[in-house]
Parts: sequence; structure tokens; C-alpha cells
Amino acid sequence: MARKKTRTTTEVNAGSMADIAFLLLIFFLVTTTIASDKGILNILPPKLDPNVPPPDIQKNERNIFNILINANDDLLVEGEYRRTPEALDQDIKDFILNFGAPDEEATALFNSLPASLQAKALRRPESSDHPGEAVVSIKTNRGTSYELYLEVFDLAKKAYFEIYGERVGLTADEYRALTGDDEASKLLQDRGKEGIPMAISIAEPDKIGGN
Amino acid sequence: MSKFKKKPKADPGVSTASLPDIVFMLLFFFMVTTVLREQDLLVEQKIPQATQLQKLQNKTLISYLYIGKPKNTGLYGSEPRVQANDVLISAPEIVQWVNQERDMLPEADRGLITISMKIDKDVKMGPISDVQTELRNADARRVLYASTGRVVN
Repeated sequence: MARKKTRTTTEVNAGSMADIAFLLLIFFLVTTTIASDKGILNILPPKLDPNVPPPDIQKNERNIFNILINANDDLLVEGEYRRTPEALDQDIKDFILNFGAPDEEATALFNSLPASLQAKALRRPESSDHPGEAVVSIKTNRGTSYELYLEVFDLAKKAYFEIYGERVGLTADEYRALTGDDEASKLLQDRGKEGIPMAISIAEPDKIGGN
Repeated sequence: MSKFKKKPKADPGVSTASLPDIVFMLLFFFMVTTVLREQDLLVEQKIPQATQLQKLQNKTLISYLYIGKPKNTGLYGSEPRVQANDVLISAPEIVQWVNQERDMLPEADRGLITISMKIDKDVKMGPISDVQTELRNADARRVLYASTGRVVN
């Protein structure tokens, strides 16, 4: 007759629990994409009424900073050929803050700017009169790649945000992070923007090239 | 001086018994926040990088448009297409789609609808400008070019 073995009470070893949990944790860490709604905000112009002819805006050529991008992703910046958009943000900044022929209001604006921005005013006659008049125009072609367009648009925004930030003593990143939810940040936002509207015009692409 | 006799010190090792609890807590956090994929993407999506990113406050106001080359080129061709919700649509249908999305918002917020355009890097400006023209027709003029951050050196 078989003798009954004396059973020892067996317990499951819980020591490897942490390892299992770590494994799962690492899996979720890797697969997780915290949905982010970040991007570059653009406000499109209103729809054109076919019955009303488009307003004939007379603007001096010097107040428009022309950026053309063709289907080969070459740039023409103010009539000058460029291979890459490098350093375009500095040129845009110089253009906005040129103060070539400021009127009374713009002179007051100029005097309110910090010295570092005043130093940017080169007062060249062929560049913009004052920031209120300055417009950055980006014109693409139907064959231009979206990536380059976004890069140029990004640089134009960067130029403006750097000016806004410098005015209120913040970096461009800090200025962009202002939400405008509370009084203090709204005040900072408005002080940065005042008198310098962000005028980035996206022209309709022309039909040559691409699809 | 027996009063100041040192007590035998206990072993100073930190107990690791609560380690699994901590790890589980982290695990649950990531399990809850993770979004595996809310929609089936029918188009390719390589989101471009940019530096001047802005974050939108109110997520309910955002509707998404995906633009890119179809993944299933045999069925949909190789030209860039627009995906809204779960289907590929053509440019003239965008106005109707925007109106549907707008009707789902509370009345006070309808003017603030924002279209987040998730556009593949390799798309050309032609189809994008067609979409933008339709968005202007639908009077949904707040557009967000979705992009990921770039580390500036």
C-alpha cells in the first residue's frame, strides 16, 4: 500500500511579480502615443464673393517680403535665388523691424521697443516702412512640397514670435506657451503683439507644375 | 555609561516589497493614457517637423483631416487622397463634412471649429490648396498644420 506523502504547503513565488509588471510597463511605454494636438495654426482668408471684385489694395512693393517657392523646391526671396530656407527667419525679422519710413504712431512704437530690437532697425529705403505695414507673402506652386512650405511658414512664424517674446522679455518658446487663459498671460500676449500684427499672407499657388 | 550603549542597528536595506505596487501604478497610468489607434488610417502619414508649435486648448473643437498617399494603392490609386473619419472623400465633399462636424458642436462654439490637417510630408501643395479652398468655402478657416517638434541645436 502506498504511503501517503506528507505534503508541504506550497506557495506561489511572488518574487517575479515585479518582473512581469515591468515587462507590461515597458510594452505600454513603448506603444503609447500620448495624442498631441500640436501644430502650426493658420487662419485662412475668407471666401471671395464672386459678385464683389477683390479689394484693390495698393501696397508699396517695399512693404511686401516676397517668398516664392517653385515646383523644384527652389526659393526666390525678394528676387534673390536661394537653395535652402536657412537663415530666412533673420531676414524676415530685419524686414519687419526695418522702420524705413515710420509715421507718428510707428515712431512711438519704435520708442517703446527694447534696445535690442531697436538695434535691428536698419532703416533701409528698399525695405518695409514700419511693422504695421509689413507683410510676409509666401507663394507656392502646385508642385511645391508640403514639407518645404511648412518649413518656410514655420520660419516666418518664428521671426514674429521672437519679436513678440523679446518685447516682453521672454524667449519665443515661452511666449508661444502663453495660453491667454488668465489675466497675466493675456496681458503679456497683448503687449507682445501690440502694433506688430502677424501678417503672413499665403498666396494661392499657381497652376504650373505638379498636379 | 550604560545609558549610551549603542543599540544593535537593524539591517538598513530598503524594503523592495512595495516595488510591484509602484510598477503597477505606473503600468495602469500608461494603460489608461495609451491610445492604440482610434481610427484606421487609410493614407500614409509621415508628419513633418516644425519648431513653432502651438497647442490648442479645447480639444472638442478639433476635427481631423488626413491627407496622404493611400496605403492600398491597388484600390485607391497612388494620388494623394483626403481621409475624414473612416472614409476617403474627394475635395467637393469637404464642405458637407465640415457642416456635419460643426453640427456636433454646441452652438456657441460653431464659429471656432478648427481643422487639424495631418498631412504627409510627400504631398505636394496642389491637393492641399484644393482642400484649403474647400475649407474657405465651408467657412472653417482655422487650420492647424499638425506637426511634431524638432529639436533645435
